[in-house]
Amino acid sequence: MQNIAKEIRLLTCQCIASIGQGHIGGSLSIVDVLTVLYYKHMNVDPTNPKKTGRDRLVVSKGHAGPAVYATLCHKGYISQSELLTLNKFKTNLPSHCDMNKTPGIDMTTGSLGQGLSCAVGMSLASKIVQDHAYIYCIIGDGESQEGQIWEASMFASQKKLDNLIVFLDNNNMQIDNYTSNINSLIDPKAKWESFGFYVQSIDGNNIDAIDDAIIKAKKNKDKPSMIILNTIKGKGVSFIEQKGVANHSMPITEDDLKQIIEELK
Amino acid sequence: MEFRQALEQTLSVLMAKDEKICILDADLAKPNGTAPLYQKFPNRCFDVGIQEANMIGVAAGLASYGFKPIVFTFAPFATRRVCDQIAVSVSYAMQNVKIVGTDPGITAELNGGTHMSFEDVAILRSIPKMTIYDAVDANQLAQALPQIMNLDTPVYIRMPRKLSTPVFDDNYKFKLFKADVVSVGTDITIIASGIMVHEAIEAMKMLKEEGINAEVISINTIKPLDEETILTSVKKTKHVVTCENHNIIGGVYSAVSELLAKEYPLKITAIGIKDRFGQVGKYNELLKEYNLTKIDIYNAVKNNLNK
Repeated sequence: MQNIAKEIRLLTCQCIASIGQGHIGGSLSIVDVLTVLYYKHMNVDPTNPKKTGRDRLVVSKGHAGPAVYATLCHKGYISQSELLTLNKFKTNLPSHCDMNKTPGIDMTTGSLGQGLSCAVGMSLASKIVQDHAYIYCIIGDGESQEGQIWEASMFASQKKLDNLIVFLDNNNMQIDNYTSNINSLIDPKAKWESFGFYVQSIDGNNIDAIDDAIIKAKKNKDKPSMIILNTIKGKGVSFIEQKGVANHSMPITEDDLKQIIEELK
Repeated sequence: MEFRQALEQTLSVLMAKDEKICILDADLAKPNGTAPLYQKFPNRCFDVGIQEANMIGVAAGLASYGFKPIVFTFAPFATRRVCDQIAVSVSYAMQNVKIVGTDPGITAELNGGTHMSFEDVAILRSIPKMTIYDAVDANQLAQALPQIMNLDTPVYIRMPRKLSTPVFDDNYKFKLFKADVVSVGTDITIIASGIMVHEAIEAMKMLKEEGINAEVISINTIKPLDEETILTSVKKTKHVVTCENHNIIGGVYSAVSELLAKEYPLKITAIGIKDRFGQVGKYNELLKEYNLTKIDIYNAVKNNLNK
């Protein structure tokens, strides 16, 4: 899976380079969790994206669309040529995830804070129909400044949604500055534990650690799970990582791509 | 019968027939009358507590799974508080969520200005794909709900909780997206929605005594408008008054003006809230305060006709 993650990182960069600029930092930070989900855990079928009873993923931090599209491309949902249509007029791959445009996207997201509520609704629905699906949701640490994240967390816990596994992309950066300088989560583990979640805090760019945490989360009963992914924004490409806060959205040129290909070999 | 009784009775029948219908409340199940459904359908009723934004998102998630959720709260919290959630997670995402906003406009009565939505229609009318239904009486609501639940697009249902002055009799047949000509006339068209249909009919009776024959139209859906019924009437009478329990900016007056500006320009006189906030008061006190009474409509008609 390490190699797959590298390939998806490259596809993510190629996707963004095709339009010259995009949300590269927060896309690269979640490539490892996307890899583990799609190549180890999620019950999905690229030939039947709307399969009944499938596991679902809500990428609530919808601006990480390029990483999701790269993963879906690697899985065979969309072609490599389509991957290079990001944000082009009339594309099926808009900046933020759109369930009505892209096969394999389970919820439209991008207005931050809303996706987790939708994932909670899916988890309730799965419990009603008893399809034994898992609902996965990726939220951002900056996004967690939105009050709706905490509304949804309270209610997920109230309803004992143990089929809901949430990932916090804890990269400590947002557009304006380091998250800890703007409006800090301070101790996300304590926060979600106090909300009644089963919380694990791990190296969010470590494939084995992610796999292990998901296995544990699936065994957990009567509580929703929170897996805090301590990540590096822009992970995997040194010059992007080094940009720090400036890598939220940055230009990726054809020359940059050559360097990226070299680094991800 | 109160609106909320008609609501609960109708939903009880619909939910027994259709196991995809779910109920979501935000700590107003008792006031809104949905509470008895929790006993009948415990697996499909969810009270999220006081978190309207989350309620809309949860409903969108349920809808994405094929369920048909209906969310309930007071009109201002069902609209202005969750405008972005409705725009993105429901309408833009094309999720089949029905939204019930109770006690719109002056029917919020003693809850006062914070709870008195004069802008709910304006907010949702500008969101694509949204249908807006303004309930006239309990009989109509009971007929409207099954038709609304058959749609797979978002609908905003605007209804008082309690007071329902009967407008339509037992022979009435509601047809979604069709306006009702509740009184035929030739001199002026009074276009009304929701609780204002009753006031318009009362004004029509006063006018009749003076030999003025007003045609009263209950438009039922503010979006989409039944353009054909309105245009047919207005081309006949050549005079129009609109009546709404809402700000005249963005509501019925706006919708009718937009239609007639394009198809049949003429002067339109507006009865409605003239860009003001709400306040506490009893129903009749508020009708007078905001110039929504039958006498106000009567005067508006005479003014429009220069009589």
